[in-house]
Amino acid sequence: MIGRIFKEGLWTNHPIFRQLLGMCPTLAVTTTVLNGISMGLAVIFVLFFSSLVVSLLRKVVPHQVRIAVYTIIIATFVTIVDIFLKANFPQISKALGPYVPLIIVNCIILGRCEAFASKNRLSLALLDALVMGGGFFWGLVTLASVREILGQGTILGYKILPPSFNPLIVMVLPPGAFLVLGTLVAIMNRLERIK
Amino acid sequence: MKELVLIFISTVLINNFVLTYFLGICPFLGVSGRLSSAIGMGFSVIFVMTFASSIAWLIYHLILVKLNLVFLEYIVFILVIASLVQIVEMFVRKYSPSLYQALGIYLPLITTNCAILGCALFMVARNYNFLEAVVYGFSAGLGFTVVLLVMAGIREELNYCEVPKVFRGAPITLITAGLLALCFMGFSGLIRA
Repeated sequence: MIGRIFKEGLWTNHPIFRQLLGMCPTLAVTTTVLNGISMGLAVIFVLFFSSLVVSLLRKVVPHQVRIAVYTIIIATFVTIVDIFLKANFPQISKALGPYVPLIIVNCIILGRCEAFASKNRLSLALLDALVMGGGFFWGLVTLASVREILGQGTILGYKILPPSFNPLIVMVLPPGAFLVLGTLVAIMNRLERIK
Repeated sequence: MKELVLIFISTVLINNFVLTYFLGICPFLGVSGRLSSAIGMGFSVIFVMTFASSIAWLIYHLILVKLNLVFLEYIVFILVIASLVQIVEMFVRKYSPSLYQALGIYLPLITTNCAILGCALFMVARNYNFLEAVVYGFSAGLGFTVVLLVMAGIREELNYCEVPKVFRGAPITLITAGLLALCFMGFSGLIRA
């Protein structure tokens, strides 16, 4: 069971490349690696604590209103993250902008609460949240690295490509997000077929 | 009046919700496979977005700001949207069964459409007045619908193309969306800041 959680979350059922969930933050904030890391950590935090509460309440919440209950739980933790970022990391909060509150409607979180945390005991639910969050995190960082290297020639702000390299501005603009993600999903499909 | 026209044009074409803010990507990828379902989804979104934007404005300015409860904004907005979708669904079913038939399963799906919440949040962040908020909600929905229809048209043609195996399905759709986003960037010269 534990091995399956790891394999699914990090590879075979990867939230971004396989399930295509949580597209809105994935595409929007991955202009720089720093933004990708911040968003990844924020999602891991919300996913972990929402799974914790949902798993604890799984026998109490009536079936008909469960989605509304989960949404309110998620919205509460997102509000905490938002206030925390505004107070301690105002620059990151500004860079992520409206995409922090939009974590509420990130389908990965609601999806894991509904599909896993509401049906499994606490320890498994927490592990699943961390692994799925980790899968989302490495997806974001990969996408952001490609876009930052090609779009600005830097990674985390450090110059790594020679000055003669002409940055492809389109990579940090919205179309670049779609093009890079499409290519990465195709590469994942290719790797899958080798196995 | 000039501001309203400006909001309309810039929201539909220049700052398109799907192609510049990446809002509503899930339904955009999910229901753009067929033109008929894209039409149903598009009109449901216009409908709900206009209402959601107006009602979120009223609640934010008349209740949350007055009572100093602005920190509850996210929780309140998401509840407003969820209940609004429910009410709209019941209303449409009662008064226009044919429209209900046409919108079908797309109405409940809209609750989880991040474009609706995004619209409410942007509307608050930009300090729009009530009329501007209504126009903003309507044009954001219209922009979503326009892009969804264009995409559905392209994907129906794409069915007849020889796409390399690894690019079939999601990758080619994403790349098509990327090219579409490039085209829409051409509109950015339309309004001089």
